[in-house]
Amino acid sequence: MVDEAYRVVVGLEVHVELKTRTKLFCRCVNAFGSAPNTQTCPVCLGLPGVLPVLNRNAVYLAVKAGMALHCTIRSVSKFDRKQYFYPDLPKAYQISQYDLPFAEWGFVPIADGAEVKRIRIRRVHMEEDAGKLNHIGQNLKEAEGSLVDLNRAGVPLIEIVSEPDMGSAEEARRYLTELRTILSYLDVSDLRMEEGSMRCDANVSLKPRGYQGSLEDLPRVEVKNVNSIRNVGRAIEYEIERQAARLSQGERIIKETRGFDDGRGRTYSQRSKEEANDYRYFPEPDLPPLVLDESWLTEVQASLPLLPEAWRERLRDLGLASQDVEVLVQDRVQVAFLSETLSFTDDVRAVSSWMLSDMLRLLNERGLGFDQSPVSPKDLVDLLGFIADGKISGRMAKEVLDKMFESGESAAVWVKRLGMAQITDDSLLRGQVAEVLAEHGKVVADYRAGKERAFGFLVGQMMKRTQGQASPEVVNRLLKEALEFDAQ
Amino acid sequence: MMGVPDYSAKGLADAVRSGQVSAESAMIGYLERIRATEPEVHALLAQDQDLALSRAQAVDRMPLDQRSQLALAGVPLVVKDNIVTEDFPTTAGSRMLEGFRSPYTATAVERAAAQGAIVLAKSNLDEFGMGSSTEHSAFGPTKNPWDLTRVPGGSSGGSAAAVAVGMAPLALGSDTGGSIRQPAAFCGIVGLKPTYGRVSRYGLIAYASSLDQIGPLARTVEDVGLLLQVISGQDVRDATSVENPVPDYLAQLKRPLEGLRVGMPKEYFGQGIDPKVRSVVEKMLDRLAAEGVTVVEIEMPHTRYAIATYYLIAPAEASSNLSRYDGIRYGFRAPATDLDSLYRNTRAQGMGEEVQRRILLGTHVLSAGYYDQYYVKAQKVRTLIRRDFDEAFQTVDLVVTPSAPDLPFVLGSRSDDPMQMYLSDICTVTANLAGLPALSVPAGFDDGLPIGMQWIGPAWSEDLLLRAGYMVEQMVERPRWPLWRT
Repeated sequence: MVDEAYRVVVGLEVHVELKTRTKLFCRCVNAFGSAPNTQTCPVCLGLPGVLPVLNRNAVYLAVKAGMALHCTIRSVSKFDRKQYFYPDLPKAYQISQYDLPFAEWGFVPIADGAEVKRIRIRRVHMEEDAGKLNHIGQNLKEAEGSLVDLNRAGVPLIEIVSEPDMGSAEEARRYLTELRTILSYLDVSDLRMEEGSMRCDANVSLKPRGYQGSLEDLPRVEVKNVNSIRNVGRAIEYEIERQAARLSQGERIIKETRGFDDGRGRTYSQRSKEEANDYRYFPEPDLPPLVLDESWLTEVQASLPLLPEAWRERLRDLGLASQDVEVLVQDRVQVAFLSETLSFTDDVRAVSSWMLSDMLRLLNERGLGFDQSPVSPKDLVDLLGFIADGKISGRMAKEVLDKMFESGESAAVWVKRLGMAQITDDSLLRGQVAEVLAEHGKVVADYRAGKERAFGFLVGQMMKRTQGQASPEVVNRLLKEALEFDAQ
Repeated sequence: MMGVPDYSAKGLADAVRSGQVSAESAMIGYLERIRATEPEVHALLAQDQDLALSRAQAVDRMPLDQRSQLALAGVPLVVKDNIVTEDFPTTAGSRMLEGFRSPYTATAVERAAAQGAIVLAKSNLDEFGMGSSTEHSAFGPTKNPWDLTRVPGGSSGGSAAAVAVGMAPLALGSDTGGSIRQPAAFCGIVGLKPTYGRVSRYGLIAYASSLDQIGPLARTVEDVGLLLQVISGQDVRDATSVENPVPDYLAQLKRPLEGLRVGMPKEYFGQGIDPKVRSVVEKMLDRLAAEGVTVVEIEMPHTRYAIATYYLIAPAEASSNLSRYDGIRYGFRAPATDLDSLYRNTRAQGMGEEVQRRILLGTHVLSAGYYDQYYVKAQKVRTLIRRDFDEAFQTVDLVVTPSAPDLPFVLGSRSDDPMQMYLSDICTVTANLAGLPALSVPAGFDDGLPIGMQWIGPAWSEDLLLRAGYMVEQMVERPRWPLWRT
């Protein structure tokens, strides 16, 4: 078992597909799930004579991500060719960034209770994705053949490389969760691990107590392409146990690449890294250096949204409980919704409590997110206004919210339609009756002169003033009382 | 004999525009010339006579106001077979791409076609542009039209030979280390390698991306300028093409150059240069001096590292650029039992010896542990070579050298000696390493074999190079056609 004899050292490499309209070096559509090889052109097929042209929007999204991870952005970086043969790599090299990545030296803060630990980011670089092989048959060994789908070839990626700063599977999970949350705020990627738009490789090693050498020299096991945050945690936990067991039996850890078997919860050996690939990196001669203008960088920095860390602080300052803050901050669209309500109300607690209970329930029932809610932030604030003004009870408000969800109509409409907001309190209406009579002296005189129709006009005025919420019965009675009283 | 092929491209385009000559009748003349000369010269890999004729008829049918807009109305064009075309197969002279047809056309070809040029054939070349003799074509060598026992130079030997015998007045070539200029010199015609970034490389099958440029070949300097005019300019599909206005190359062409200062780097006139070549070039320089051109001897001390530098950088890039020919998606595929043997057999059988030699060389150069020592070092020397030129252009307008160290050599005489073959590029590789424009123009003849002189200028000085070339052209007597049968 793992004990104090070892310290766990985990570093993660995360690939994130950027949500651009087109691919990184050509104008093919960047979309998931189309029929094989329908989103291809001579450039991403690597046909003879083609040249890459950099997608500036991909650069914009990548730089946003680099900034949100607190990286230093290089004003001059370059692209390099990483060379290896594989059928899913049409040019037999991947255009990537080697020694001059566009972003370096950032961090992701992860919280453990009140304590915040910074997981350092070593580098973030841009590269193109490879295609996909579909093997005919159950598995590669028995496959009758393999079909190449190059729809994904050339899709823009960023690779985010952390320092080996994580000391447990739990920290790795937190790091990934926070990383995903941060990136979701920027809207730079779909971040769907199951679709491969976010992919994670975990480097796991155990550092024996008293080890003096560099972490780089520890035999490192890389677990490739795990398909969910939960499974990354499981894979790391399994690796820690496996390596600890080997070490305690006096065996050596082999530097290798391993896969993760989801069903059995185990990692398995894929290939030994002892005979490491020589990728023969060299500068991509088809692309000029990537030069980022200082003023453009300043603009991008200024356009960044408030990030999760900042939102946490803001919401806590507004008086929300930490647990609620955490739940709200997890989801960009929740925060956006909440943020919009703040322009109409100060009562963030009421908003948050309604959002996380009834709103969330109603949205979940419909499979919707806060960004697709039929009830807008303003609608919700209006509803809460009726409660605050004592016009309806909380229980009534739930009923109104249900109706609002079904119909998309406002709180006011449903409060009235359900007859919840009739003003029946004499004292609330008496002052207005006096005002109406004072304003329309001629009509009052007409009424007294026997014109019955004049009474109807006065009722209408009352209804108009109360936006139809006054109870007509009460208005009739109070008007008559007042007219008679004045007459005496 | 005075036939259709005697027209210059300029003269033909003028005549077709005005309706004086029909594009169709011109095309028939060129096709006849091809029939008469191609069996012995073997300059071409693919031709489509029906297509060429129907295109010519289409030019003739155009309304006059449309046709009169076309700079190359009805002018036949030969395209080196490492430049992709939808209408013809593109092989790059390799088994690897035998029968390959590109689904798109190179920008330079599109631009020429948009101006009325008609591609009538693809021309032979050293496989993937790697060679200086066109002997390294998988489809047999091209012969020098001035002496069929000799090579036409390379790698654009097919384009140069085709133009020299009048199969077309214009050809496109590509130049990575001299592949336009050396064959132009060997075939007695004019060839220009533009400034790096002047002409789009989109659709040029990459050999060494940081050195490759497409450029024109023609029998006259004016025609070279005419074709350059049409193919130049930035292309959104090539990020290394430069947004720099394209001047009117023909406007000043014939105006005498006054006060021109020309540098004669002694490194290009010494050891390794055939005395006959040197004497013809020096004689021309004397005649220019008599016309008022100032000729000064200059030093370019890093020239002696140029071949070594070139043969590190070019193969390094080639090893990467040619990796895509793996038998998976298109082109040749050898029988195999698994993925590894598929790659190995395909590339071993699909590529010629010289190509494999350069791929191995380049792979070695880029390998871990050698990269700094070779590739990085070569890049540094490349900077020094560029600086030699910068310094030279502080004192002179243009630099003059022979276009090639020797006369066209006998077929097969250097096949077993790659080192000797690599030295054929000694005069030309520096312009590629420095990214500079360079023009080869005939300077004279020795015993019936043409000798070219090379003019190298600062970046974007194509207009000046053309004027200098035109001046030389006026002083050289040359036979109208090289071949007995023309």
